[in-house]
Amino acid sequence: MNSQTQQALEQALKGPEFERRVKRRNLKDSASAFGISIGGVGVIMAVLLIMFFLLYVVLPLFVPASVDKKSEFIVPGSKAQHTLYYGMDEYQETALRFTESGEMVGFKVADGQQISAERLPLNGESITAFTVVSEADNLLAFGLSGGGVLLAKYGYSVSYPNDVRTITPKVEFPFGEDIIALANSKIVKLAVKQNESDIVFVYQQAGSSQLQVKQFGKIESMLSDNLILEEGYASSVNANGNVDWLLLDGSMRNLYLIGKSGVADYFDLSDLENPRLVQHLNLLPAGEQLTVARFLLGDYSLMLGSDKGVVYQWFPVRNQHNEFALQSIRSFKVGESPISAIAIEKGRKGFATTDDAGAFNLFHSTAERHLNESQVSQQPAVFVTLASRGDGALVETADGELVHYQIENHHPDVSVSSLWGKVWYEGYSEPDYVWQSSSASSDFEPKFSMTPLTFGTLKAALYSMLFAVPIAVLAAIFTAFFMDKKTRQWVKPSVELIEALPTVILGFLAGLWLAPYMEAHLPGFFSLLIVVPLGIVAFGLMWAHLPEKIRLLVPVGKRAILMIPVVIILGWLALQMSDPLENTFFDGDMRHWLTYSAGIDFDQRNAMVIGFAMGFALIPTIFSVTEDAIYNVPSYLINGSLALGASGWQTLVGVVLPTASPGIFSAIMLGFGRGVGETMIVLMASGNTPLMEANLFEGMRTLAANLAVEMPEAAVDSSHYRVLFLSGLVLFIFTFVFNTLAEVVRQRMRRKYGSL
Amino acid sequence: MKEWFKKGEHWIWFSASTVSISVVLVFGLLGMIAWKGLIHFWPHAVYHIEVQHQSGQQEVIVGELHDTKMKQVEDNTAPHGSREVPQYLFKIGNRDVYGIDFRWVSSEDMVGGVERLEKDVVVIERYEYGNVYGHIESVKLNGQVEYNPHKALEMLAEQVEKGSALHSEIHHLEKIEIGAINYKIEGLRLEEKRLRANNDFDAKAEARLAAERAELQKEFDTLHQAVQVLYQQAESTGEVTLRIAGERTLNVPVNKIVSFWQPNNMTTAESIGFFFSNIGKFMWDEPREANTEGGVFPAIIGTVTMVMLMAIFVTPMGVIAAIYMSEYAKEGVLLRMVRISINNLAGVPSIVFGIFGLGFFVYILGSSIDELFYSYALPSPTFGTPGLLWASLTMALLTLPVVIVSTQEGLSRVPRALREGGLALGATKSETIMRIVLPMTMPAIMTGLILAIARAAGEVAPLMLVGVVKLAPELPLDMVAPFVHLDRKFMHLGFHIYDVGFQSPNVEASQPLVYATSLLLVLIILGLNLGAITIRNRLREKYKSLDH
Repeated sequence: MNSQTQQALEQALKGPEFERRVKRRNLKDSASAFGISIGGVGVIMAVLLIMFFLLYVVLPLFVPASVDKKSEFIVPGSKAQHTLYYGMDEYQETALRFTESGEMVGFKVADGQQISAERLPLNGESITAFTVVSEADNLLAFGLSGGGVLLAKYGYSVSYPNDVRTITPKVEFPFGEDIIALANSKIVKLAVKQNESDIVFVYQQAGSSQLQVKQFGKIESMLSDNLILEEGYASSVNANGNVDWLLLDGSMRNLYLIGKSGVADYFDLSDLENPRLVQHLNLLPAGEQLTVARFLLGDYSLMLGSDKGVVYQWFPVRNQHNEFALQSIRSFKVGESPISAIAIEKGRKGFATTDDAGAFNLFHSTAERHLNESQVSQQPAVFVTLASRGDGALVETADGELVHYQIENHHPDVSVSSLWGKVWYEGYSEPDYVWQSSSASSDFEPKFSMTPLTFGTLKAALYSMLFAVPIAVLAAIFTAFFMDKKTRQWVKPSVELIEALPTVILGFLAGLWLAPYMEAHLPGFFSLLIVVPLGIVAFGLMWAHLPEKIRLLVPVGKRAILMIPVVIILGWLALQMSDPLENTFFDGDMRHWLTYSAGIDFDQRNAMVIGFAMGFALIPTIFSVTEDAIYNVPSYLINGSLALGASGWQTLVGVVLPTASPGIFSAIMLGFGRGVGETMIVLMASGNTPLMEANLFEGMRTLAANLAVEMPEAAVDSSHYRVLFLSGLVLFIFTFVFNTLAEVVRQRMRRKYGSL
Repeated sequence: MKEWFKKGEHWIWFSASTVSISVVLVFGLLGMIAWKGLIHFWPHAVYHIEVQHQSGQQEVIVGELHDTKMKQVEDNTAPHGSREVPQYLFKIGNRDVYGIDFRWVSSEDMVGGVERLEKDVVVIERYEYGNVYGHIESVKLNGQVEYNPHKALEMLAEQVEKGSALHSEIHHLEKIEIGAINYKIEGLRLEEKRLRANNDFDAKAEARLAAERAELQKEFDTLHQAVQVLYQQAESTGEVTLRIAGERTLNVPVNKIVSFWQPNNMTTAESIGFFFSNIGKFMWDEPREANTEGGVFPAIIGTVTMVMLMAIFVTPMGVIAAIYMSEYAKEGVLLRMVRISINNLAGVPSIVFGIFGLGFFVYILGSSIDELFYSYALPSPTFGTPGLLWASLTMALLTLPVVIVSTQEGLSRVPRALREGGLALGATKSETIMRIVLPMTMPAIMTGLILAIARAAGEVAPLMLVGVVKLAPELPLDMVAPFVHLDRKFMHLGFHIYDVGFQSPNVEASQPLVYATSLLLVLIILGLNLGAITIRNRLREKYKSLDH
């Protein structure tokens, strides 16, 4: 280096300019370090966000209801009169109260200020019986002292004076203001139900032990909007004891006469002219007295409150003789004091109770959830009603106070027991696992059992593993241990090619080609399982007896190529045997034989199709990891074993497989994880019916396919939406745990043998 | 023999066979898709079948043979009480006349076998009602009727060419030009709504909008008139009269004809030409008849646009996360856990990403964006509904592990000596990474990106939730600003397979198309994968030489 360059160098490396440059570079360096760190952490956070987001959507399912007291005031209208009914509008601005004197008072919920008052047109008679015809339609029926019945419908008129929403409660008479004359003496008990075309009245007159049943047809009036009733069938039934509650269910077929002691008569009215006593039984445990009885939403389940503070749910169930009998379904322990009132929700199977200790309790029947308990007052609470959307309640206390509650209760219908346990749904003959998330009717009981879906998921995964594991593991063993390098170089990528195939194509082929083909050649697929292995062994034996010259033509490492035409021929042979087999053993049609002779249900898209199609998709995952594990077994272990005189296979079983077993285990875990989450193949080839059958010839619905089917239709933030997210979370955790397990095992193995 | 079993020879044969089985399955499957997909494009011969019904009635069927199967027929004289009879599936076309276009015929009802070709038959592909099979009787043009078969054929060819030119012109005007104007008019409507919502809608704005609208309306009217003229021209391209099976005649207006050919008169060279032109049509045409006919162009465009957008999102995200994890983050338990989590994310079912995309991107992010920026358009959502943007973001998350893992692998393969060399020469850490490490990692990043694209192109389940539709009215990519419409829904090849295969009303008619679409998708994905493998192998070779 001459002095000139030295000088130039020194100049360049000193001075303010150089300092500035260094500063700039350092600044740039730390800036990019900062930027990359922020970005990197951000991306990692985004990834973790997925899990937390799933949790965030799912968690509200398990939050208990909150009940807040909004206002308290003196019962509007006449305090001395007993309340028959309360109604509240859906905005919880106004409410109305019917009293036993036939007065309707509309009032503001915020302060109890009276805003309207109407008297029912009773024509001087007094109300002696009262029943709710339909909670959903707001239709009420009043039995009168003169033997008549008045039907009244309450509602709310909404107007916008000065752009402010103003709601006024009102009463209408869809059947006219005239009293419907049923009998000529006082009606003491009354039950009324209607459907599209008919209305049925059941009533008891004072002093009579008989109950009259009268059916009317509904005809639209030519002159007004009112409906005219046309008398139809009539009959009567005998009560065995005191009738304190008279309940007719929504189908108008089941009539219950219940006494205070809990003794009930159950009549079948399906033939209106000849009512039939089905059962005479006691609905309560000994020593308990009935205090309240009413229907749950849908007018099917009986909700019975007792003086020991328990609510019992009963409904008729079809027994093995195909006859209905009342069945105790479940009970809810409220407290120790007698239940004074039960109110039901109008959109869900929830209900609220009040008792003599002044407590207000909120339940959901299907989910068996006790959602909330609040103390209303020290006085007994005597009456309760729920707002039409289930988000509010009015409770009347014995000292004439009315309390308005605001309720936050978004997902009462989901609980751990309803998600995973057997639930006895209305209309089912026994408790069962059912997934049925939606229906057209409004009083539908959603059935959110994840068990059939989880079962279907596991069934699909297990059947496909049954196909994939033997093929993939054996193929990996051969490829890694016996195959020569040259063949291995193209065999390995070809098998791994399957992984790249879009599963939608596999699903399409499975659903539209394999399923019908398999249905037509069912015995052929079973003969595959026998013919191919036997044929392979036979070929091997034959090979061993060939002259050495020919045998040496194909070394062990190339046997896979040799076997390609052999397995093609064997497979073809096996499928050709389908028809002869079918004719010999299965009367010419195996499908028919299965259904009628063996009693096994058969669907075209079944677990066997899934087993083949999804099993095929799982092969590369298992193959690739197993192959790696075996290939990486240190060669001196193998050489040692071979040197000691073990055969190739003996070395493999005795030395290689034990060493590689953690790797094989993790391969199987990975394959299982993939099988659990696979969506398109199952969606297209499984039939998607949520069954709980392990039958090979029936389909299933998996968690993943269920998400694909139902997610687009689920309303945001509904229970259905959140339950679907829960199934997504289950899938996520499931696969995450399996993959982590596999990964940890693999890393441990790598560390162990990496050092060898 | 005992010795043979004892040595485990049978197991070796078993394991060798499982390899063969896997290989046979893979190539059998690919072969089947290729065969069934390609045969769709080859000109099918048209057969002439005479059918004698049990009632004694005779009938002639003209059509393409599409499938054969055996059917069990009860027969008491046969050994098992039944025997097998071949059944043939014919595509007889002429759906407007016969009501169905596929028909099973039992060989027992046939008089004189299947192998009789119909001479000089003409197949006409129409825009509606599928194919026509028949003989040209006459061609009518401007009141003149040509009966000479030779001249009629020539005339028809000429007219059909004219007709399809007109058709594509009309299509261009209607879809692209008028579509663009409609889009702008809709934009003006939304702008007015926005101005009103912000209380900025004054006389000036009103006048400006009205002027713009009038301008557009004028353009629209001109175009509309042009289209009307073209329609009139198309109407006057004449009409062909065909004699179809069953001694009936069928009139087909030329402007309803896509193309026509004479499969039984084609030479091999002509068949090959026809084959390739069919493939071309399949790639560039729009789907017709509820996706069961025509091409898959919108699905290709949709797939490509979505995948490209995804690549734009996933590359920086993946590369930055990988650089952070291997160059900046401190080694430790936490990092190892993060690494395992990211690895495992690749195993999380894709549908879970789908519900995340729907719940988070669409319902939460999308709704918030709508409320903040597009509140004037509410309640009709702009981004608060599944669409292109959310689909590509969801796919980016789904493929993120692929890119991260691949980049990390590439980073770990860069020899330490190079890094240290860079630092020793006075480069800062970021300079070393940017100038030395990253360029060497480029092939690994490319590999990861290609694999990510291949995965995204084949994945359907999550897309079903976040933006794919069976028939999108507009392409997500067009010539109107902003060119890529992030809020639009789009079509996708994979979903096309699912939809046409399973939701289509005419399964038999649509199956060939599904196979063809599958073949296209498989080719795209295999091509991408092979590319990735090639790059990876080259990369490995390169570093092998660096290590020594």
